[in-house]
Amino acid sequence: MKKRAMSLVGAALAAAIALPGAALSQETTIIGVSIPAATHGWTGGVNFHAQEAIDRLEQEYENLDFVLATAGDAGKQVSDLEDMLATRNIDALVVLPFESDPLTGPVKRVKDAGKFVTVVDRGLAQEGIEDLYVAGDNPGFGRNAGEFFKEKMPDGGKIVVLRGIPTVIDNQRVEAFQTAIEGSGIEILGMEHGNWNRDDAFEVMQDFLSRFPEINAVWASDDDMALGVIEAIRQANRQDEMWVLGGAGMKQMIERVGDNDTMVPADVLYPPSMIATAIELTALKYVSGAAIEGRYILNSTLVTPENASQYYYPDSPF
Amino acid sequence: MSAEASTPAAPARRMRIDLHVWGPLVALVLLILLGAFLNANFLSYGNVTNVLARSAFIGIIAVGMTFVITAGGLDLSVGSMAAFIAGVMIIVMNWLVPELGAGWPVVLAGMGAALLVGLVAGAVNGLLVTRAGIEAFIVTLGTMGIFRSLVTWLADGGTLSLNFEVREVYRPVYYGGLFGVAWPIVVFAVIAVIGEIVMRRTAFGRHCAAIGSNDQVARYSAIHVDTVRLLTYVFLGILVGIATIMYVPRLGSASSTTGLLWELEAIAAVIIGGTVLKGGFGRVWGTAVGVLILSLIDNILNLTDLVSPYLNGAIQGVIIILAVVLQRGRKAG
Amino acid sequence: MASQPQNGAAEPAPSAGNAPERKGPAEGPVLAARAVSKSFGPVQVLFDIDFELRPGEVHALIGENGAGKSTLMKCLAGYQPASGGEILLRGRPVAFASSEEAEKEGVVLIHQEFNLAEQLSAEANIFLGRELKRGPFLDTALMRKRSAEVLRELETPVDPATPVSALSVSQKQMVEIAKALVRNARVLIMDEPTAVLTRREAEVLFRQIERLKADGVAILYTSHKLDEMERVADKVTILRDGHHVVTAPVAELSEEDMARQMVGRDLTDVFPPKAPEPGASVVLEVEGFSVPGYVKDVSFTLRQGEILGFAGLVGSGRTELMEGLVGLRHASGTVRLDGNEVHIASPRDAVRHGLAYLTEDRKGHGLLLGKGMRQNLTLLGLERFSRIFIDEKAEEAALDAAIARFAIRAPRRDIPVGNLSGGNQQKLLLAKTMLVEPAILIADEPTRGIDIGTKQQIYGFITELAAEGHAIIVISSEMAEVIGLCHRIVVMRSGRVMGEVSGEEITENEIVRYAMGLQQGAEERAGDDHVRRG
Repeated sequence: MKKRAMSLVGAALAAAIALPGAALSQETTIIGVSIPAATHGWTGGVNFHAQEAIDRLEQEYENLDFVLATAGDAGKQVSDLEDMLATRNIDALVVLPFESDPLTGPVKRVKDAGKFVTVVDRGLAQEGIEDLYVAGDNPGFGRNAGEFFKEKMPDGGKIVVLRGIPTVIDNQRVEAFQTAIEGSGIEILGMEHGNWNRDDAFEVMQDFLSRFPEINAVWASDDDMALGVIEAIRQANRQDEMWVLGGAGMKQMIERVGDNDTMVPADVLYPPSMIATAIELTALKYVSGAAIEGRYILNSTLVTPENASQYYYPDSPF
Repeated sequence: MSAEASTPAAPARRMRIDLHVWGPLVALVLLILLGAFLNANFLSYGNVTNVLARSAFIGIIAVGMTFVITAGGLDLSVGSMAAFIAGVMIIVMNWLVPELGAGWPVVLAGMGAALLVGLVAGAVNGLLVTRAGIEAFIVTLGTMGIFRSLVTWLADGGTLSLNFEVREVYRPVYYGGLFGVAWPIVVFAVIAVIGEIVMRRTAFGRHCAAIGSNDQVARYSAIHVDTVRLLTYVFLGILVGIATIMYVPRLGSASSTTGLLWELEAIAAVIIGGTVLKGGFGRVWGTAVGVLILSLIDNILNLTDLVSPYLNGAIQGVIIILAVVLQRGRKAG
Repeated sequence: MASQPQNGAAEPAPSAGNAPERKGPAEGPVLAARAVSKSFGPVQVLFDIDFELRPGEVHALIGENGAGKSTLMKCLAGYQPASGGEILLRGRPVAFASSEEAEKEGVVLIHQEFNLAEQLSAEANIFLGRELKRGPFLDTALMRKRSAEVLRELETPVDPATPVSALSVSQKQMVEIAKALVRNARVLIMDEPTAVLTRREAEVLFRQIERLKADGVAILYTSHKLDEMERVADKVTILRDGHHVVTAPVAELSEEDMARQMVGRDLTDVFPPKAPEPGASVVLEVEGFSVPGYVKDVSFTLRQGEILGFAGLVGSGRTELMEGLVGLRHASGTVRLDGNEVHIASPRDAVRHGLAYLTEDRKGHGLLLGKGMRQNLTLLGLERFSRIFIDEKAEEAALDAAIARFAIRAPRRDIPVGNLSGGNQQKLLLAKTMLVEPAILIADEPTRGIDIGTKQQIYGFITELAAEGHAIIVISSEMAEVIGLCHRIVVMRSGRVMGEVSGEEITENEIVRYAMGLQQGAEERAGDDHVRRG
């Protein structure tokens, strides 16, 4: 699960972790971590990695304290931030915003209060608020997927697309995907929202299968949705007709890629472990005194049977 | 002179009563015509099977919900309960695989667990409502949160997946069928028919309606009000168990999003079907029609590009309200 | 703004002498109906009614249930438009679009069924829709003061802050009246205001009516209690089957006349000959029976074929005693049926033991008003019609039998019973209760709020049932009823049995003496015969 695109970060962390007693400040530092609740496989992964990183760091460094809050919606997350600022006396904040716009103001208030702010995954609507930005590459996610389609279908073909919950992320991915396949002869027969949900994706795919007699491939854009889609295709007994590209890097999907499953020829990474990276980097600032700031974009790597084993972690829950 | 107030029996009123009775069916037929007009595959065997089979979970639950609502109650916890039952079922089956091997005994044990958990969960709701005397809305709002959290906890925030081999054994329960009719459809149909008969033809159904109309009258008419109410919740719990038994083989997994908003869909189906939300009158066939209406709206929207997918929810909302408006106008005395 | 500073009606009554706007009855009618007819669909319920109401006049409108009294009142008060003819207010034709509009013109209707918001306080109800305000805010202090004043006028000493749900039935009635008073009504229409009041409470109401009358308010009033007419009314109008029969000064009509005109035939005797003397065998024996908070240590016996009356004043615990007996309330004591001790924990047990209770509250506890006659009829005895499934054919047959046996009149079989007249509802309730073939029937206020013709029928049924060998307990607040029907009368007071009268002893004086807890000297209170349970 520790797939860091930044060797620099890896090295810095390695150095820090190797020096457990080397904390500069003897005062206890409190780091607030605010993430969405585990309502979906990927956010489940985020929760797992956040918890795991916190446990590890708290054990390692006595003077680090963490406050973890999970929110079911943007409003709750705003309240969480306010509480952290008002009652928990945090020194730094690591936040994976539920939605960009509603969280921009509240995060800015945390920053204005003189706290160190790390933003993960979803950028804020206003630039320059955060000290550190750690994110996956959403346009890259869509672009890599699109390019894979172009490569697999040199003569064009007919595909259907399942979208996530209507959000900025989803729009960025889909736009990049559409740009990437432009002029390739690949025709998008239909696009519907499967809401990053297995059940919804299953039903949407069932209906696509009823509606279109010929489908060559499916961009499910998420591994949870891909699992629902595959089940619907199996039910219609049309496995030989089409293949499915998901996304995120769920271990079951990586395993299938590695096994040369014809239905799952590849996967695009969007690792939930980015939250752990962000937490570790933020902690590093306090335990090592290193100047940590800037933008860290984790590549949306394409996983193929050739490199699948590098990305398969049997112990991860996601 | 016998009844001055009884006289407004004008023909116009008869018309409205007719629409009241047949409103949901009219709406269903209109939707089917619309679907057939928009897409040639709409009436294909495959699509019809899909729509009916995916209606089955909500449908089975909604049949039980019809009784609860008719008796003047409400259950908001069914969606979470389904998720919780699915979680327990998967854990039980995975746990038994090393003992029993991946075969039917494991699946049957899982089914038994589902029914048992459903019964207990329903009884908890029912006892809190009848014995502790707390409003059903509050009780089930509470248990809704409890069941949902429990499944998230069981799944460690992620997804519980059924053992792969067991899943292959269990799979036909959703995907297989009887004479070409998928099992979920068969089960839904049987439960709906039984439900309709129980509601219309048995003392239990009559008692539910009496309690929902006026529980004091029911009490003075020697009906065990609390027992009947408790039973409606227990039956609903068991039906949620049955729905979950049909659901788990579909995707072989349960997570914190399983069964999300099922309670609202079930309640909407019950009301669209003509059952009165405040109790006193219920009909199961209407509920079955209501469930089909809800599934068909989704299906038709997926089968066409008529409206932006962003507006799916709005279309659903409009149709739900229309279906109910169609049949109102009756003023119970 | 403190609207309506002239909320004069809320002020203490001006003495008749200085009532400035007093208008003599000689002036023209304030409210009149000219050839008013009303139809519901194909059914006509009012035929060419002419009617006049003058200021300072109390006009009683009487007739059997279903004669059209309520409909006429609703037409007059703007709740329903007339189908034909016209309504004149101060000589001008009016068509009130709503009751609100009528209220603005000073025409206020007080319903038979209360129109009160149960969860709100008495004060909030009294000023509902007419709230006094100071700027944008409610002037609670002033409203509370006014409410307290009006309620004091009405001799109803309840705190205006009390929620209506906590008030007794008679107190609610007074709140309704207070509500009309603060609305400064010039025409007050009251639909059976005394039906739920005791004689003493009614007397308070009558005094208020007199006061309003002196103030020039026109009052239209209905009641089934003919003996009230002389006390309160100036004029009486009698309706029968939607037709106007007669209007005359009250002095010119005796009670006998009124009853005859209402029914359209002679009512020689309302009560049938008494049922034959009861048999010797004791079917029910109650000993040391208590219902916590209501009934203490009551003992009595009931024989086969006997009609046993229970008389008593407000809150004497008669209803609670019977509800305790049939398992509707927690109770203790010994109950023997046919000599065998039984334990009855629920109404189901009671029915199983052949004991059935007919509730006094047919709308709240007796019938499902939104359901049809068939479902209501068989609800208590549903076991008899179902093994696994309900046998609807048998139910229909039972309904046929009940309609014939108890002379139930309904326009359609499937009509919601809420739309039946009170008398027919009561007959249906009796049929429902008798369907379980109880050896013992407990009938609580079996004729409350129904017209005299139907009362007579119900008395007939009760006597017949006794003659067939059923043992019957009748709770009634109408002295004439227990005296006319019963072989023996138990009198209760404050949850205890005060005495028992039978045979020649059955006189009003004797009963009242026990009911009042007096040894003697109750004769002058004999007029207070309308005792009731609270």
